[in-house]
Amino acid sequence: MVFFGAACVETFIQQLINGLTLGAVYAMVALGYTMVYGIIQLINFAHGEVVMIGAMVSFSVIGALVAAHTGLPAWAIVFAAAAAAIPVCMAVSYLTERIAYRPLRGAPRLAPLITAIGISIILQQIGLMIWSRNPLAFPQILDNRVFHVAGATVTSVQLAIWIVSILMMTGLAAMVYRTRLGIAMRATSQNPQVAGLMGIDIDRIIAATFIIGAALAAIAGVMVGTYYGIAHYTMGSLLGLKAFCAAVLGGIGNIPGAMLGGIVLGVVEALGAGYIGDLTNNWFGSNYQDVFAFIVLILVLVFRPSGLLGERVADRV
Amino acid sequence: MALIAVALAVLPFALAAVGTTWVRITNLAILFILLSLGLNIVVGFAGLLDLGYIAFYAVGAYVYALLASPQFDIHWPFWAVVPLGALVACIFGVLLGAPTLKLRGDYLAIVTLGFGEIVRIFLNNLSQPVNITNGPQGISRIDPIRIGNLSLGSTDTLAGLTFSGPIKYYYLLIVVLLLVLIVNVRLQHSRIGRAWEAIREDETAARAMGIDTMRMKLLAFAMGASFGGIAGSIFSAMQGFISPESFVLVESIMVLSMVVLGGMGNIWGVAAGALLLSFVPELLRYTVGPMQQALFGRSIIEPEVIRMLLFGLALVVMMMYRPAGLFPSAVRRRELTRRTQAQ
Repeated sequence: MVFFGAACVETFIQQLINGLTLGAVYAMVALGYTMVYGIIQLINFAHGEVVMIGAMVSFSVIGALVAAHTGLPAWAIVFAAAAAAIPVCMAVSYLTERIAYRPLRGAPRLAPLITAIGISIILQQIGLMIWSRNPLAFPQILDNRVFHVAGATVTSVQLAIWIVSILMMTGLAAMVYRTRLGIAMRATSQNPQVAGLMGIDIDRIIAATFIIGAALAAIAGVMVGTYYGIAHYTMGSLLGLKAFCAAVLGGIGNIPGAMLGGIVLGVVEALGAGYIGDLTNNWFGSNYQDVFAFIVLILVLVFRPSGLLGERVADRV
Repeated sequence: MALIAVALAVLPFALAAVGTTWVRITNLAILFILLSLGLNIVVGFAGLLDLGYIAFYAVGAYVYALLASPQFDIHWPFWAVVPLGALVACIFGVLLGAPTLKLRGDYLAIVTLGFGEIVRIFLNNLSQPVNITNGPQGISRIDPIRIGNLSLGSTDTLAGLTFSGPIKYYYLLIVVLLLVLIVNVRLQHSRIGRAWEAIREDETAARAMGIDTMRMKLLAFAMGASFGGIAGSIFSAMQGFISPESFVLVESIMVLSMVVLGGMGNIWGVAAGALLLSFVPELLRYTVGPMQQALFGRSIIEPEVIRMLLFGLALVVMMMYRPAGLFPSAVRRRELTRRTQAQ
């Protein structure tokens, strides 16, 4: 049996490492969902598409720099890709907020949600028009150095993903809990009317929230692209949904919750996909990986709608 | 009334003169009207946003495909399988609704979306270890609907007129559509319909008025699902081939766009919305492609992209300028334009 012995421990650690990497990406994307939801109670369906655009822009930049034989080191190329993807994603996200969501402020809740679905379709088609309908393979520039830890392997890309996401999340936490902008954001999410009375420009804060979420999404896009080595115009929708599941798991509207939820969901998915075959006597295989996020979502919503860390009561009918 | 009846009866022959493709397109459009009317019960009447509606369509289609095809060599007649398809879809609707309907609207949307994906993933993978759905290859050679000795799949000649398969399905679909329309109109003005409307407008108040909101919402889900199941079964028989690819998330969103465009809760509006969003993309396919060829010498924007952009834009633009739809129902207009504060 695979459950016992040294081989078992190694497999477990390997799945854990893969799960943590996946989880770091989910967490980065989940933060965008949770911040927007926290502030205007909107599930920003188009957020996954912002990740896709981030990955696509970075693909173009990496491709162009590699083709130009600049002699730049690989890390610099990836850095440049991220530096290009971030402003593009910020602009896309700001524009959608400005054009599509802002006119609907105060409208019934379902209205902006339906708009968000429409925006998501439109962004996908724009991605298709610019970057073709075929999957795009990233050039292999990062030499994937492999480290051995307790019999399992960690690649340098995985390490980079962990380090960058920890840095970004620490930075975000510092911004939300230490700066004036962060205070204004939290005030707006608690009570927009009163925050407005206190002299906070709510529209500006909401736009800032979208922009910050988009920056994280752009970096997540670069991460996914370089990690899996592939980008596709539909990649955002499933990734976005899972990240949303992660945000709900952690407690929607709760920033540390989104980080925790992302990591937990990534690990659950990796371990689930790794062990479902053994557990079900190979009735189900790892091709059911995508089901776990939704099952987690349904279980959380049914049994603990406020999520792992959330204090808000989710079902205010 | 008689005029409309005559027009509907003659239409397939006029279309067949242009090309059988157009009869098929019309048939698919009618199927989409059926689907939109089903989703309208859930989204329009009861105000529950269901983003996985296509799953019920899939369930109906697969029930028919499994019980009337060489897959298991079972060949049940349609009058047994179509109601069964509706029933199984209904059961799925209840199974999904029971634990989730107490959730707030936007959460429900996501859960239903997840449910739709789960159904699709299972259909895609249930070819191992026991081959049930034949995986991504789908099920082919599905039996056409037979009424007595009359097979709707083949061509017959009657009184000098050629009745091709699609034309016969057209008449079947028109009959089903009429029945569904009657049920919908009757439903809307019934006690149940009014209860749904009350829930949609103000759930707390509805409960205070003694409406069993949970049961009513579940009923909306179940009824919407059954209509989806019926449409799916007919789709399966008509196409003769189905695969999980026909039941992706985008299809759910397409149906939703039709409901939104026509006006949520407005039966005739929704039917018109479905017709519009079924035909306009097809017309564009035949005009925009060649036009681009002529103008630029190549296809710059593929027709498929235009189609999807239309759906996306329909959702965004409608919500911004006419949230109650192109043809709004009076109550819905009042409700959707009432400006409330976010909290």
